[in-house]
Order: sequence, then structure tokens, then C-alpha cells
Amino acid sequence: MKMDRRSFLSFVIGGAAGTTLSPLPWKLTDDLAIWSQNWPWTPVPEKGEVSYANTTCMLCPGGCGITVRKVGDRAVKIEGTKGHPVNNGGICILGLSGLQLLYGPTRVPSPLRRTGERGENRWQKVSWDEALAWVAEKLADLRGKRLSHTVACISGTDGGTVPRLMERFLTAFGSPNFIRTPSMRDSYEMTLHLMQGAQASIGFDIENADFIVSFGSGILEGWGSPVRMFRANSVWKENGVKVVQIEPRLSNTAAKSDKWLPIHPGTEGALALGLAHVILKESLYRKDFVGTHTSGFDRWSKEVVEEWTPEQVETVTGIDKSTIVDLAKSFANAKKPLAICGRGKGNTAGGIGEFMAVHSLNALMGNINRKGGVWAVPGSDHIHWPEVEMDAVASAGMQQTRIDGAGTDKFMHARHLLHRVPEMINAGDPSLVQALFVLDANPYYTLSDKALLKKAWAKIPFILSFSSFMDETAQNADLILPNHMYLERYEDVPYAEGFNKPFIGLAKPVVSPQFDTLHTGDAILRLAKALGDPVEKAFPWEDYEGCLDDTFGDQWEELQEIGYRVESDFEPGSRNTAFETASRKFEFIPEESKDAAKNVMVKAEGEEPAYPLVLIPYDSPRLASGFIGDPPFMIKTVPDTVLKENDLLVEVHPKTAQSLGISEGKPAVLKTPKGEARVRVHLFEGIMPGLVAMPTGLGHQAYDGYLAGKGINFNDLIGPVEDEVSGLDAAWGIRAKLSRV
Amino acid sequence: MSTNDDKAKEKAVAETENHPGHSEDKKGKGSGGSILLFFLVGIIASLLVGWVVFPKLLYSQKKQPINFNHAFHVETVDEGCASCHFFREDGSFSGVPKLAQCTGCHEEAQGEDPEEIKFVTQYVEKGREVPWLVCSRQPNCVFFSHAAHVELAKMECVTCHGPIGESTHSKIYEENRITGVSRDIWGRNIAGIKRNSWDRMKMEDCAECHAEAAAKEVSELEGPMEGFFNNAVKIAFPKSLSGRKTSVQTQNEACFVCHK
Repeated sequence: MKMDRRSFLSFVIGGAAGTTLSPLPWKLTDDLAIWSQNWPWTPVPEKGEVSYANTTCMLCPGGCGITVRKVGDRAVKIEGTKGHPVNNGGICILGLSGLQLLYGPTRVPSPLRRTGERGENRWQKVSWDEALAWVAEKLADLRGKRLSHTVACISGTDGGTVPRLMERFLTAFGSPNFIRTPSMRDSYEMTLHLMQGAQASIGFDIENADFIVSFGSGILEGWGSPVRMFRANSVWKENGVKVVQIEPRLSNTAAKSDKWLPIHPGTEGALALGLAHVILKESLYRKDFVGTHTSGFDRWSKEVVEEWTPEQVETVTGIDKSTIVDLAKSFANAKKPLAICGRGKGNTAGGIGEFMAVHSLNALMGNINRKGGVWAVPGSDHIHWPEVEMDAVASAGMQQTRIDGAGTDKFMHARHLLHRVPEMINAGDPSLVQALFVLDANPYYTLSDKALLKKAWAKIPFILSFSSFMDETAQNADLILPNHMYLERYEDVPYAEGFNKPFIGLAKPVVSPQFDTLHTGDAILRLAKALGDPVEKAFPWEDYEGCLDDTFGDQWEELQEIGYRVESDFEPGSRNTAFETASRKFEFIPEESKDAAKNVMVKAEGEEPAYPLVLIPYDSPRLASGFIGDPPFMIKTVPDTVLKENDLLVEVHPKTAQSLGISEGKPAVLKTPKGEARVRVHLFEGIMPGLVAMPTGLGHQAYDGYLAGKGINFNDLIGPVEDEVSGLDAAWGIRAKLSRV
Repeated sequence: MSTNDDKAKEKAVAETENHPGHSEDKKGKGSGGSILLFFLVGIIASLLVGWVVFPKLLYSQKKQPINFNHAFHVETVDEGCASCHFFREDGSFSGVPKLAQCTGCHEEAQGEDPEEIKFVTQYVEKGREVPWLVCSRQPNCVFFSHAAHVELAKMECVTCHGPIGESTHSKIYEENRITGVSRDIWGRNIAGIKRNSWDRMKMEDCAECHAEAAAKEVSELEGPMEGFFNNAVKIAFPKSLSGRKTSVQTQNEACFVCHK
């Protein structure tokens, strides 16, 4: 029997009828419907028991307490810890996005050893034993050649047990080169040291102040401890506290302030002295404090009265002299006025003259170490380890000059001067740094003057990053020994930036390590062990947790339970004992460094007419600009007036743009003495004419596809400008040229 | 027969080529029987495929990691099902026990049973969770609250889960290759016919129970044409299960109460 067309059709019809009468089509339709609603890439909440774990955020120096919501073993949400002394339940956008750093694709999964050229991003997985043995071998070799001092460490923080272990390791090994990354902390520490003789952190009793003058501080951009500042701002609004924001650009802070005074960038210090002039002239300062507790007042006031008249200040700053007089009077007539500085988030050091000028304003109003004022908060004193016993090599190494020159005769009061390191490396042959360790920092991205940096980088024979993430520094290292990320590890956080009470937060593991990582504290201990005595015997602990236990002693259990330690009833020392200067008084002109206050303004690099404009950076809470890059959640929130696809937009006043013949959204070339970049232009009336403003935190080359290649790194276009007296990097901007293409 | 047929076909083709549009319908003469036969073959084959082959292809068979004896455990514990399958403090349901709960008793092997020894050596000692295959797991898009049904509506476990507590060994887990869920959701019967309330657990099975409770509220129904959809929802998901609306949380009725 042969099948013809009719039979075939009949077979098909029979088949169709039979299929209809079978469950196949109905079941298949149902299954496909379910299948199509459950794509494997659709995020599905974990099933399991819900629990909460408290820890401390380590993504910025804010020291916020965070509560991580977990389902089973999976962390699913980060919230601010209610009742925490720093942030009381609040959280910022970066803190909130921390889970994407934990589970995201930027993690370094195991120790990695470079196989290609530096920066090529070609790696070979190595075991921890192998990796540590390799480092120990390199270090032993350097020590053997009496080159222990050529080992340096760049660290994002100091004071906590991990950076202190690193510092101790370097000491026992024989190197003085533990270098902290720059921030306003440097300048404020030096200000307190010079004017008050205090080795202390700056603290602001902001909640109790009743009139705020901010010299460019991004109160709502992430300055100090960001969440605390946000909350304080709300309290100010409720209580009618006035905020005056002084900066050249209409930032979030400026927009929410009671008064915004656009100022020529870099002249904030002059305005501070202009205000001081009016206060002195009108005799509005607090005579009780100034008379009894200060020294050098007569000379200082004479200089200020002579040199900084409102007319002169108007010329320099561009702010109307009557405005200056009014502001000075309002400030002085307030009960608890407070002046703060540190531009944007405070990620740069700044000139010491400017900080001292602003601090002098506070001193004139007598609000040093009192309610609503500026407090000197003693550094955490929880680490009492025995003195390191140095052998001959270590002592010889420790007597070498620090590579950054901090603490030398020239920069006697500076503790860390990272911006000087690339230049010093380039000056020496062979390189003064033979091995570089990088801890919680991303100098390859954050350091300015990229040409100089890259040259120096190439001269360092061995670079080791402890980063948990594939950041620019890790990508350009020779070896990565990934630390547990902050949600996976114990670590003490020894301060909360700008907080006015001694505080220690504790980061605790809320999830078990997701990858083959090792706590850097343990990595240091294991390295010490591998090097043997005398380095080994400086570390009498089995492991890092043992070290923490030993360090905190009987407070360890309590700290673990509560998650932080704060002296809530802390009162800054009474004024008779608070000042530890030679005169035991607040020094308007410090005995130790008479010239410190001189450099109130620092000039931007570059000359007219080649560079007719001035480029300034601006910080945004939506752009992480420290050692962490933006996680995907955050980069999504950046508006297209800042980043359009991969193009960065610079802000220019419409008048300036008109004179250059550039219109909204058009491409342009931005050139500075340090670099050149293709950008687009966003016309913005909130920026002073003659300026170009550029967001920080973009232009990453590393991290993941959500961040890499987006925009321009501001640090590529600027170089350091050294404050002659302090040595700190005082650059606040750079001259620039913007031309249409 | 076939020869005639072929000739007729050839003729038809030739005619079509010569006079398109004028083909004679003389072919297939006497082929009615063959057509019927092919129809029957088609229908029988597809019925076989649909009812017998398809279910075999659709489901893969997997063995549970440990052969678990429910009956024995129910006898040993005090609080019945809730001894291991309990509500957590926050009201969520714990579902399949985690290793931590099992180790309460099975830190070490309690007896000689090879399955228990396997459990202790491979999971308890190594601290690994047992990768149980859960027959009652709905697709991820379905939200179901045990609290609403067990605590509020006072339903018995058996109503939905059947007499699983009486089983002495774990049955073979059949996984739907397309959806990834257990065969128990659609039910053993491929036609979707059930004898017991626990035989399958698709939406209409939820709806069946909800509809019974809705019978009292038919007065609220809208006109048959315009309110068709609303009526269907009302019958399927009544406001009144012990006086509450469908969703305990929102006091509301909507698709998204169950469909996430």
C-alpha cells in the first residue's frame, strides 16, 4: 500500500485530531507558559529563614552602622542600623549598593599572578601558599641586599588593626614607608596639630551648631560621614539653622542652602580672612576665649585687618563687599556659628593656609571644643601592642628618609604626602620603591598627573595589591592577594570622619567568604611567619582574629555584640588642658610653623592665554570617587546631563559656551597642561562663567562593564600643586581650554 | 489498486500541465478505505504519542539523595508534621528542614540503617546541606503563604500534601524537563484528572477550594457578559475565607497576590 497525497493528508488530519484529543498540546502550552515566566536570568528571591546581621560599612570613612538582611545564607539587602550613633538608621546610595560589590563580577576570585604585560589583565590562578612564598622570597631578597626601606605601602586608612599590622610589618622589616592616601583628614590633622598642639581627628558638633558657613564642603555630596550630614541638614531645616554655601558651582548643597555665594575657585581662604577682618574690625569676636586661651592674636589680627579688607577680598573672590560684611555679622551674631572646609567630599588634602584661616574663624567665635563647635577628638587608643624589637637591618631601614618626604625638615608636620611619591620614584635610579603594597586604596586611579604616575609605576619592579575587587591598581599589579570584602571579614573601623566622639566600629562577617580570599590581616601574619625572625617575632598572634581578641581584651565580646564602641558622654578637654602647644593656648600663628597661614590661596596650574578657562571637579553622591568604583545600581542613577552613554558632559555657563561657539550636548576637546579629553558640553547657569566643571568618579578602566569606559577620569587632567609650607597637595582645579570639534 | 491510482495521478498531472484550471477530479477512485485507514493510523499514533510517549519524554526521573522514612519519623516525634516542618518566629514557613535541624538528633548515627549512615557521613560530618528534591515546590512565579492556610484557615497538611507522612521511603522524583518543577504539581494523571484533593496543585485546584467558600457570595456577581472576568476571579478567589479578603497582607484581591 502506497501513500498518496490524500492518504497523507488524511494521516495528518487523523494525527491532528488525535493530538487534540491527547493531553499533549494542552500540557505543552501550560508548561511553556510556566517556562516563559521563569527565565533563568530572572532574579528570584532566596528561600529560607530571614535574619539580620549588624556590621560596619567600610566603603568610605563615614563609619556607618549597617544591618544586612539575609535570607538563608544570602545577603539580600543593606539597611542603616537603627539607633547607631553615627547614622541612626540612614544609609547612602553607595552603602545600599554594597551587595553588588559582594556578589558582582568585579571580585578577584583567588590569588592571581600576572602572566601578560602589566595592565593587560591576563592572570594565572595561584594557591595562597605559592603566592605568599613568592612575596616572602622577594622581600627576603630585598632585606638581604639591605634594601628593606624600598618596600612601601599605600593604604586607604590608618589607625585600625589591619593598617597598623601593615605598618608594624614594615617597621619590623625595616621600612618607614607606610603612606596613607590623601584627603582633608591630612589638612585638618595638621591644622589641629599646629594651632592646638593636638594629635587628634577633627570632630564637628554639627547637630548643635546654629549657623553654618561651608567653604565648599559638600554637606549633601558626601563630606564627612555622609548619612550623618544628611540627617544634620534635616535637623537644621527643622530648627531654622542657616546654611551659607560658598562655592563656584550650584551643587546639591548650594541648592539646599539658605544662601549660595558663588566664589572664584581657590579663593575661599581669602574670604575666610575677609570675614575675620570684619569680625575683628567690628569687635564681634568672643573676647573671653580670645583673651585667655589664644596666643599670637595681636599679630594675626593686625595682619588680617591690614591685608584683608572687604574691598581687597571682593577683588580676589568676586563676592560683593557688602555681602561679605553682612555674612561676617550674621556669623558673629549667631550663638553657635560653625565654619567648615574641605572641598566636595573632602577627597583631596587642600592647602593648609585655607584650613587654618577657616579654623581661625571658629577660634574667633570661641567655638573650639564646645557645644556646636569644632572638637579635637583623640585618636582611638585601642591598640597597645608591644614595641617592635628591631634588628640592625630594620633600624637602618627605619632611619632612611621616607620616600614622600613627610616628617623631613622641609615637611616637618606632614604625615603622608602620597602625591610626591611618583616624582621621587622617577628621580631615583634604580627606583626608590622596589616593592609596593596597596591596601584599601586605588592609587592608579586616584593619583593625579597620570604621565608621571605611569612612568613611576613602570619603574617599580614588584607591585602587590590586596584588593577584593579588580580595580585599576589591581589590574596593573603583578600579584593580587584578594582580601575578604568588608561584608565577609572582621576589621575595626577606628573613626567616623568628622564625628565628634571617640568611636570604633566593628566590621563583622555577615556572609562566609564567597571566593578563595584571605583576610589581609592573616596574609600579613603569614608573610611575617614566612620571613622568620626578627619580623616573625613582632607578631605574637596565631591569626588575625586572635590579634583582634588580644587587642580589645575584655572589651572584645562586648564590641562583637554591640558592633561599635562610642564614648557618648565624651566632652572635649577643658580649654586649659585642650591645647598642647608650647604656649598651652590656641595659636593663631603657630610657633612651630610661622609661615603655615601665609599661603591662603594656591594658584591653579597653567597660564593664560593658552588656557583661558579654569577646570574644577565636582563630587556627587551618585558617583563613588574614592577607592571604590560605582556599583551598577549607582551608575544607573547618574543623569544624562552628566554621562550620556559613554560620554562625559562638562558643565559650562551658557555665556562661556556662547563665546566658544559651543551649544548644548555638542562635543568638545578639553585640554589642560596635564592632559586632553574629548567631552560633551552641558550648559548650566549654576556654574560661574569662565569655569568648566567636571564630575569625579568616572573614567574607570577597570571594574565591570557597567563602569569601565564610561566618561573621563578627572585625575587624568590634573596634577598636584604642592603647598610650599605643608607639602600637602593643594590643587583644587587647573587651567584649561575648551574647544569645539 | 495502486496501479490505477498511479495512472489516474499521472493523468491528472498531465492534464494540469496541459490545461491548467481544468483538472478533472477523477483520481482517488476506490481509495476511500485507504484514506480512512491512514486517518485511523494518524489518530491512533498521535493518541499514543500524546498519552504514552509524551509523558515519558516530558519527565526525567531522579532519586532523592537519601531515602527518607517519613512514617518512622512521625512516630518518633511529638508534634507531628510541625516537629520538622514548622513556622518560624516571623510567621514564615520553614519548609524542608535544613541540616541544622536534622543534626539536633542525627549528630551521630542513631541506628544501623545504611541510609542514615550515609546521611551522617556524607552530609552531617561534612556540613553539607542535603540537596532534597522538593515535590511540592511551585514554580518561582507562584507565591503561597502557608500561614494563611494553616494558621488562619486551619487546614490540615494532608489536604494539599496527601498522606506523605505515612510513606516509608522516598519516591522517585519526576522533573518536568520544560518547567523544572515536579510532576506532582500537574499530577500523576497526564489528563489532569484527580481523585484526591492532593493529587495535583495547579491554579484550578487552588480555585476549586476557594470557589466553595465563594458560593455564599454569588449575590455580588455582575452581569454575565460585562463582568465575566471579574466574576471568574470572584468565584475563584472569594473575599470570604473566614471573613478575610484573598490577601491577608493587603486586604485586597488581585492576580499579583499569588502570581509574582
